[in-house]
Amino acid sequence: MDPRRGPLAVPKVRRVGFFTSIEPSPETPRPNRSLSGPAEAITSSSPLSDSPSGQFISPVQIPPSRHHSDNLASRAAPVPVPGPSAFRRQLANDRALHVGSYNPVDSLLGTSPPSSNGEVSEDSGSLFGFQRSDSAKLSASFPNGGFDMTMRVRAPQESEAKVAIASTSDGRKKNVEASAGEGESVAAKPRKEKETKSLKEKTSKAERRAIQEAQRAAKASAKGEGSKRAGESSRPKPSKPAKQPQPKKEAPQVTSSVSEKRAVSVEKERRMDVPQTQMQYDDKSRVDKAKRRSVVEQTESKNKVELFLHLPQYERGNQLPNLSSNIFSLDTIHHAVYKVGLQHLAGDISGDNARCIAMLHAFQEAINDYTTPPMKDLTMDLTAKINGYVSFLIECRPLSMSMGNAIRFLKNQIRKLPVDLSEPEAKASLCSEIGRFIDEKILLADKVIVQHAVTKIRDGEVLLTYGFSCVVEMILLYAHEIGRKFRVVIVDSRPNLEGQKLLRRLVTRGLDCTYTHINAVSYIMGEVTRVFLGASSIFSNGTLYSKVGTACVAMVANAFSVPVIVCCEAYKFHERVLLDSICSNELGDPDAIANVPLRNNKKHSKTMDNNKNLQFLNLMYDSTPAEYISMIVTDYGMIPPTSIPVIVREYRREDLLL
Amino acid sequence: MWRRSASFILDRSSNSPPMADTTQNPDAISAYYQTRAAHHGVITSDWLAQAQAAVEQPDSTHSGLGPNKSFNVIDEFNGWRKQPDLAEAVAAIRAMAAVIRASEATTMMELEIELKKASDTLKSWDKTSISLTAGCDLFIRYVTRTSALEYEDFNSAKSRLLERAEKFGEISCKARKIIAMLSQDFIFDGCTILVHGLSRVVLEVLKTAAQNNKLFRVLCTEGRPDGTGVLLSNELSKLDIPVKLLLDSAVAYSMDEVDMVFVGADGVVESGGIINMMGTYQIALVAHSMNKPVYVAAESYKFARLYPLDQKDMAPALRPIEFGVKIPAKVEVERSARDYTPPQYLTLLFTDLGVLSPSVVSDELIQLYL
Repeated sequence: MDPRRGPLAVPKVRRVGFFTSIEPSPETPRPNRSLSGPAEAITSSSPLSDSPSGQFISPVQIPPSRHHSDNLASRAAPVPVPGPSAFRRQLANDRALHVGSYNPVDSLLGTSPPSSNGEVSEDSGSLFGFQRSDSAKLSASFPNGGFDMTMRVRAPQESEAKVAIASTSDGRKKNVEASAGEGESVAAKPRKEKETKSLKEKTSKAERRAIQEAQRAAKASAKGEGSKRAGESSRPKPSKPAKQPQPKKEAPQVTSSVSEKRAVSVEKERRMDVPQTQMQYDDKSRVDKAKRRSVVEQTESKNKVELFLHLPQYERGNQLPNLSSNIFSLDTIHHAVYKVGLQHLAGDISGDNARCIAMLHAFQEAINDYTTPPMKDLTMDLTAKINGYVSFLIECRPLSMSMGNAIRFLKNQIRKLPVDLSEPEAKASLCSEIGRFIDEKILLADKVIVQHAVTKIRDGEVLLTYGFSCVVEMILLYAHEIGRKFRVVIVDSRPNLEGQKLLRRLVTRGLDCTYTHINAVSYIMGEVTRVFLGASSIFSNGTLYSKVGTACVAMVANAFSVPVIVCCEAYKFHERVLLDSICSNELGDPDAIANVPLRNNKKHSKTMDNNKNLQFLNLMYDSTPAEYISMIVTDYGMIPPTSIPVIVREYRREDLLL
Repeated sequence: MWRRSASFILDRSSNSPPMADTTQNPDAISAYYQTRAAHHGVITSDWLAQAQAAVEQPDSTHSGLGPNKSFNVIDEFNGWRKQPDLAEAVAAIRAMAAVIRASEATTMMELEIELKKASDTLKSWDKTSISLTAGCDLFIRYVTRTSALEYEDFNSAKSRLLERAEKFGEISCKARKIIAMLSQDFIFDGCTILVHGLSRVVLEVLKTAAQNNKLFRVLCTEGRPDGTGVLLSNELSKLDIPVKLLLDSAVAYSMDEVDMVFVGADGVVESGGIINMMGTYQIALVAHSMNKPVYVAAESYKFARLYPLDQKDMAPALRPIEFGVKIPAKVEVERSARDYTPPQYLTLLFTDLGVLSPSVVSDELIQLYL
């Protein structure tokens, strides 16, 4: 709708930023996580988007970089999702976007308050709404609110930091960057033009005018910088209108700091200016910084799938040895958390419940070993620590929704700690709370679900299940135990073949099983009377987010009018709304798809690797619309998918908001 | 306006099966169905007036009994059940109130256990009745969920419980009126309403509409084998409402002239679907395929924490079916008295909680029970 939004829709822009970024040699090989930003800020964004000198950062500012890895953090991690209303946040962002499109005009006319609306809107636009901390969210919903203030505060500091870096690493880096910028500009320009052209078709008349006017203003104030800027920021035009009017209205201190910078050099001035627009960060420095800070060194996969550029697409299997050797040298991450992270990375722990429990146990251990540093508050410091752990875990593998909920629970527990509690007491209470969470929300919930679900299994039924879900396994085993006579059809899919695990366990317990692959699901569905599915998460609109292929099974079952029963613990419910499988997903190892076992295709895959026209997409999850689900069995009983928001409303409150 | 003629009742009441008074419910015919049949013979307005006058308030006699060792919930329940205008659930609630009254318990815990036992006996006496089960559950929820109970001494707590029980009974009685009022906005002049089954709530709705001088026409399904439609049409014709009787199989044929379908419900389940007299499902299907709204009138005490996935997923309420000719022994007869209508075929539910969409039922249930 407006130029700012264009790049969002055009993934190539992101790619520019990423690919052309020239990596400055990291000054410190080991990132210092504990320093990373204030408590809330971290939660809200991946570590990647924090600036290295985190102390300066107000909780708000982190401009969500448009880089994949950042998105990785935010997408997959509901952690950061603050409090109750992801819904509202979405709305807020949306609104902010609209506001943004008209703002340049406003500010030109001098009617708008001294704020950087354009920036806000850009920011929130790029956000997609998920990675913000509470305060950020607030400011996003009130575009004129405190956001620009934090921007102001940060901008000079940011640039100072940059200057410092530049001076330490000599002019060499500067030169490199400059040349890189030029190189980029060449590449970026045609794309940019194309972009604006396509935008023109979409935008309304008023919006076009706003853009034009803004461009004019930009041209007037920044002569000749255009091309360079284009090189540095992937979206120069939208950035200008947002930024240009601003200096006039900025508070005097800010302008003074700005002018100081200007005194240094024109080059520097531009670079200092740029961070304010926040686009530059996404493309270059932010990503670099993020890379520097990250513990896990992921290599980008070469052939990325265009539609999923917002998701992390990394090469698999090369980080593990490096990481496991670091386990003792790394002091910022607790070893238990580190271990769990590695297990996630290597895929040793799979399954949402198992991952969540492992993570919580690790946190328990970490809290036990925790001592509050002098002159620090336990609540603040521990939250920051946990945030560090969480971002490490995110780097290892994007969090599942359930883990996000568990982390939210933990943070709330920390926040709710009475102030007068002594440290050992606080730790003990936290640990017991975590233990209670595991017992009540996961283990006990599973038992209740089994009790409920088993009432829906009658003698002589044929039950179909897809992949591996531990709750479904428990249900089947329990039903067998109490003497129900039924048959199980296990549908499986490549590349994980998790169903084989289930098959093995069921067959050893003497259940009558049929094993087939998902290709045959439409054939086998004819004889099935019930479909039992596990879930990774269920969203407020009843959308089931589960292992890829689930939607297919559910839809086929629906076509055969076989009831689909989803078994899901209530702690996995999420108040967000999910409409498709694209926005929020996780990408698995593309090689897993490319390499078919039992076929000697070494050479084959090599030619495939080099093929620019071939991308492998290994989606991990998909979403099943609510209308394909007959019933959800949860620890609060059997409910229709329309009642998810009721559960979230009635029960999340006591866990999170009180 | 109501003519005192009960001739057709006499025909019916000779057909209606005898009441089962044993605690062991004969398996063949569901006690729930028996109550229904008895009520069908009895529901007509004039009989109602007579009966109301004739039947003494049983609670007065029972409260006099006080410490009666041989107090039996089921007898109590059956006593209440005979009252023609009382729904089964309300009868259950009254019976439970009587349990509290007759209880010799000296602590709250004892009383609660006694209540629980009583409700269990009631429920096990007739497993097929949804509203009975739901009514018992709701009552226990409603009565024991008083925060004040913990602070008071036992006697005042007990009287408070009784108070609540009475109140609950009243609310349940009022429910029908509320529903009738709520549904008036949906009945417009000149509309044609298809009615299936003999529901006292639907009758109340139509009666209220007639009293409000709405002009509408009613199509009644015959309602084999109980002839519920015949009864209902009889009632409606007495209210000067134009009525047309249909064969159960003629629903699809006449659906195009219908503006809305009105049905009652034996039970409203968690999914928002309803369990109702056999034939409701197919009527809802036909109405859905012809884009006609299906309205359900049901009191909130019929909300049950059940979740049938398909028709066979609930205990069937069996009933005798007369075919008029001798059926060979080898021929099987489907004797289930009711079916389950999934929520996607229902438009709205008129309840005393308001006019709800089917998905709200679960919301209400969750709030009630959890």
